[in-house]
Amino acid sequence: MATTASKTAALDSPLYAGRRRRNAIAKGLAFAATIFGLGWLILILGVLIYKGVGGLSLAVFTENTPPPGAAGGLLNAIMGSIIMTVLAVIIGTPIGILAGTYLAEYGRHDKLSSVVRFINDILLSAPSIVIGLFVYEILVAPMGHFSGWAGAVALAVIVIPVVVRTTEDMLTLVPDTLREAAASIGLPRAHMIVRIAYRAAQAGIVTGILLAIARISGETAPLLFTALNNQFFSLDMGAPMPSLPVVIFQFALSPYAEWQKLAWTGALLITVTVLGLSILARSLTSARKS
Amino acid sequence: MASGERDVSEVALKGASAPAAVSASRAAVLRRLRLTDSIFHGLTRGASLAVLALLSGVIIALIYGAAPALSTFGFGFLFDESWNPVTERFGALAPIFGTLVTSFIAMLIAVPVGLMVAFFLTELCPKMLRRPIGIAIELLAGIPSIIYGIWGLFVFAPFMQEHVQPLFIDTFANVPILSTLFAGPPYGIGMFTAGLILAIMVLPFVTSISRDVFDAVPPVLKEAAYGVGCTTWEVFRYVVLPFTRVGVIGGFMLGLGRALGETMAVTFVIGNAHHISASLFAPGTTISASIANEFTEAVGDLYTSSLVALGLILFFITFCVLAIARYLLMRLQQQGGR
Repeated sequence: MATTASKTAALDSPLYAGRRRRNAIAKGLAFAATIFGLGWLILILGVLIYKGVGGLSLAVFTENTPPPGAAGGLLNAIMGSIIMTVLAVIIGTPIGILAGTYLAEYGRHDKLSSVVRFINDILLSAPSIVIGLFVYEILVAPMGHFSGWAGAVALAVIVIPVVVRTTEDMLTLVPDTLREAAASIGLPRAHMIVRIAYRAAQAGIVTGILLAIARISGETAPLLFTALNNQFFSLDMGAPMPSLPVVIFQFALSPYAEWQKLAWTGALLITVTVLGLSILARSLTSARKS
Repeated sequence: MASGERDVSEVALKGASAPAAVSASRAAVLRRLRLTDSIFHGLTRGASLAVLALLSGVIIALIYGAAPALSTFGFGFLFDESWNPVTERFGALAPIFGTLVTSFIAMLIAVPVGLMVAFFLTELCPKMLRRPIGIAIELLAGIPSIIYGIWGLFVFAPFMQEHVQPLFIDTFANVPILSTLFAGPPYGIGMFTAGLILAIMVLPFVTSISRDVFDAVPPVLKEAAYGVGCTTWEVFRYVVLPFTRVGVIGGFMLGLGRALGETMAVTFVIGNAHHISASLFAPGTTISASIANEFTEAVGDLYTSSLVALGLILFFITFCVLAIARYLLMRLQQQGGR
C-alpha cells in the first residue's frame, strides 16, 4: 500500500511530468514535420495536374512547338527527348554494367575498386550543370556547334554512375555459394558472371537502368548548352535538338500565355514519366525481394 | 552467340570423362575459354578505369576552359563582386555568396525537419504506414528540378510576395538584425524563396539517409534505454542520435552537395542579379544559375571562360562536400560491418 502511494507520487513529480511533456511535444513535432514533408508532394503534384491537364490534347503529341502567340504542341521536344535518352542509355549502360561488374566480381577488395567506388559516388551527385560544361568543352567547342550528340553524351555521363552503383549493389547481393558452385565445376569466371551472376541480378540491374532513365528524362541543366534547342522537328543528331525540359525552361520564362500553358503540360508529362518509372523500378525490386 | 557459349562450356564441363580423341580439341576450347575470360576481365577493368577517366576528364576540361579567365583575373576572381560583360570584368564573389546563402537557408530548414520525419518514420509511425510514407518522401526526391522551378516561379513566388514576405518585413521592421535580413520590397523571387525551394528539394535526401542509419541502430541499445524508463524522445535524443551521429552528418553533407549544385529550381526564382545584398528578399544569383542563364548568350572568350571558371569553383566546392560525406558514410559502413 505504501509502495503504490510512493509510486503515484513519483509519477506526479514535476520531473516526470516535464519529461512526458517533452516527449509529447517531440512526437507532435515529428508528426507535424511528416505532414509538412508530404504536404509539399501533394501541393506540387496537385498544382501540376491542375495546370497541366487543361493543356493536354492530341495536338500536344502531333504538332511541333509553336511560334509565340500561336497554338501548337510538343512533338519535336518529345521526340528529341526520347532520342537523346535512348542514345544516352545505349552509350552509358554497357560502360556502367561492365564497371559495376568489375567492382563486384573481379576487384571486390582491391585498391582500384575502392578508388573507383569513391569517384563514382562523387560523379553520382556531381552538379549536372558541371557535366554540361564538361561536354561543352570536349564536344561542342571543338565541333563549333551544338548538337544532339553532345546532349546524348552529357546524359550518358549521368547514366553511367547510376548504373555502376546499382549493378555493383545487385551483384553483391548474389550469394557467393552460386559463384562457388560454378567455380567448382570448372566454369571460368567470365562465364560464371554472364550466365549465373547476371541472371540472378537481372531484375536489380534493370531497376538501375530504369532509375537512370528516370533521372535523365527530367535533366535540363546538362542539355542547355550541349543540345541547345530547336524550334523545328529534327532527327539530325549533328544539329541542335529540342528536348522537353529545355522547352519547358524556355516557355515557362516567356511572357506568352500559350507557351506557359505548354510548359505546364510538358512539366506534367515529365513528372508522370519520371514518377511512373521510379514506381515501376521500385516494384521490380520489391517483387524480387519477396 | 549465347548458344555457341553453351556448347563451349558444356565441352569444358564434361572434363575428365572425355575420350582421348577429343583431348586436342578440348585444349583448344580451354584456351578459348581462358581468352574470353581475360577479355571480359579486361573489358570490365577498362570500364571502371573509364569512370576514373571521366572524373579526371571533367576536372581537366574545366581547368582548360577556365584558364583564360583565371590567368586574367588571378585569385582576385574569387573576391571580386563585379560582373560586367561590357568592360569584361568578372568576379565570382556574388555567385559564391548566393550559392552559400541559399544552401545555408535550405539546410537550416531541411535538417531539423528531415530529422524529425526520420524520427517519426523509425520510432512512431505504425508499421503499415511506414513504407508508403517512406516511398512518398522518396518520390519527392525523384521530381525533376525543373518542376520545382516552374512551380516556384508561378505558384510559390507569388504566394511569398503577397503573403509571407510582407508579413516578415512588417514583423521584423524594428528588430535590429532581422530588419536588415528581411528588408526591401517583396519581389517574391530572390534568395529567400530560392533557399526555401532548395529546402523542399533537400528534405527527402536528409530524411531517407537519416531513416536508413536510424534503422541500423541495434535494437538492444534502444530496448536497454526503454528498460530503464526512457521516453521515446529520450531514446531518440540520447541513444539513437549519438549512435548514428557520423551517418547523419554524412547525410547532411550529401544533401548540402545537392543544394549547392542545384540549377534549374534556383534559376527560375533567384532573379539573376550579380549583386550582394544584405537582405534575403533581394534578388541574387548562384553559381549554377549564372551559368544556366548566361552561358549560351555569353559573347567573347573571356565571358565564356569566366562562366566555366564559376563551374570549376562549384565543382571544387561540391567535390569537397561530397568527399567528406562519402568518407563519413563509408566509415559508418565499416563500423556496421564489424
